[in-house]
Amino acid sequence: MTDQIFAYITHKNGVADDSALELSVAAGKINADAAVTAIVAGAGDSLSAVCDEMAKAYPTVWKLDNDALAYPNAEVIRNVLASILPDNAMVLVPHDTFGMDLSPGLSVKMNAAFISDVVDVEGLSDNTLTIVRQEYGGQVSTHVAADISSGAVINVRPGVFQPDDIAAVSGEVVDKSDDIEITDAKRRFLETVEAEVGDVDITKSDVLVSVGRGIEDEDNLEIAFDLAKAMGADVSCSRPIVDAKWMEKSRQVGTSGQTVKPKVYLAAGISGSFQHLGGLKGNPFIIAINKNTKAPIFQVADVGIEADILDFLPELTEAIEEL
Amino acid sequence: MEILVCVTRVPDTAENEIEVNSDGTDIGRDDLVYSVNEWDNYAVEEAIQIRDRVGGSVTVVTVGDDESEEILRREMAMGADSGILLADGAFDGSDGLGIARILKAEVDKGNYDLILTGAQSEGGTAEVGGMLAALLDLPFASLVNQIEIVDEKKIKVGREIEGGNIEVSEIDLPCVLSVQTGINEPRYVGIRGIRKVASLDIPTHGAADLGVDPATVGADGARVKRMDYFIPDLGEGAEMLEGDTEEIISKLIELLKAKGGLK
Repeated sequence: MTDQIFAYITHKNGVADDSALELSVAAGKINADAAVTAIVAGAGDSLSAVCDEMAKAYPTVWKLDNDALAYPNAEVIRNVLASILPDNAMVLVPHDTFGMDLSPGLSVKMNAAFISDVVDVEGLSDNTLTIVRQEYGGQVSTHVAADISSGAVINVRPGVFQPDDIAAVSGEVVDKSDDIEITDAKRRFLETVEAEVGDVDITKSDVLVSVGRGIEDEDNLEIAFDLAKAMGADVSCSRPIVDAKWMEKSRQVGTSGQTVKPKVYLAAGISGSFQHLGGLKGNPFIIAINKNTKAPIFQVADVGIEADILDFLPELTEAIEEL
Repeated sequence: MEILVCVTRVPDTAENEIEVNSDGTDIGRDDLVYSVNEWDNYAVEEAIQIRDRVGGSVTVVTVGDDESEEILRREMAMGADSGILLADGAFDGSDGLGIARILKAEVDKGNYDLILTGAQSEGGTAEVGGMLAALLDLPFASLVNQIEIVDEKKIKVGREIEGGNIEVSEIDLPCVLSVQTGINEPRYVGIRGIRKVASLDIPTHGAADLGVDPATVGADGARVKRMDYFIPDLGEGAEMLEGDTEEIISKLIELLKAKGGLK
């Protein structure tokens, strides 16, 4: 079973995603002795560059080159993987928008266990893999035990398994392109529509006042804009604010929104889901204000304040204006 | 268009702080407020809007227990035409695949063109929709935030991918889609609306009605099992500013000045 671990490499324009090396770290935590094979699917010249890059971290790299794989259509890749992976294999996939699309169905096709959004690996004993994952938006964690006797598809949370000291290897790139089966897709990729550009480019902001569900009502947004004005900051937000149509998508921080790199990030009434934190780069100074002290944002913030933002923000604004 | 929407009843995280119970076997369930899973609510709204545009019907289904009936009625008050409760002691402790198998059995009894689920629920596994599609051998798309009905044979969907971009694909019907929040603005349901549907019959289907082998579902059929709940020790976390509001604000202003947070 577990001697065969595979890592599905996400890549774009000839460059592997950060998750590519993280999967190698996660695989090592599952079974340090396993020989891990990277699977790189795509089409054309840029694919070779990704394969060569991966051969520095993985002992074996499977190259799957086919025009039908030029765009990563989860349905096509699911069928390809199901046709090429050996019985009882374990395959690691990043838990991003592609992995969420691909993996649950892949586990069914492989008759393998599906383990979603893994944040830590506890250990492997016989056919039982024990991992850690989170529930309720990160408010609680759980140990999960999976029977992997007939294989497993394991979705790994991006950004968790940091590849600090991966030993360099000179891996072998094996061209498996002739072994794969391309089937007619019932789902056909048409185009990618780029996100609309908004009135404010929060990716350029040094200081962000960011509001979440704690703002409670659209009318209350004013207190965030007032504070931002007093601070000389811009206003951004978390997903629920955009879902409620209170602010433009272009102001949303997170993996499904903008990636920002401010110096100071004031998170007001934001719980701090991993998707939100995924959009926060460059190690900003994070101030979290929330009335729920168990909110995950307090685990990553530098400074925390237990308060209702509806009361606190106006008082802070007033104090800054008086400076 | 015949549409089935799979929904689930969950503790409402907007209304509750989720804590671990004393022996770590579960979350604290006392005084929890439950509601329909937020993602599912968007899926039901989308189904209702599609039906209102092109005709057909919307059925909501849940795997649960007697208490789950309340969320079916809530979604029927929104405008779903009928509800089905899938309940059986044999279903208890099902993993995601078990839930998908139970739902598949119900789908097989009907004649649906479009099957919707929420993109994820409280556990965050985001797995049931994709598993259900694979069990049914139907095409699937996750994180859907746009649906356009092209004709009786196919639809166009947008998926929310990284960076706020939208991946647009064409999918043959029937298909399974998992719906992302923000796709629409779910309508409000008042007490009065729920009263109106209070007397409507909601059939309950168990393992025998569905022809589900009890060994393949429930705790016995689960390959993936939650062992406990715990709060991880993540180090120190944030330095909490203490004192009265005035003191906190003056400390915060000093920090903002030092870190370049004031201009």
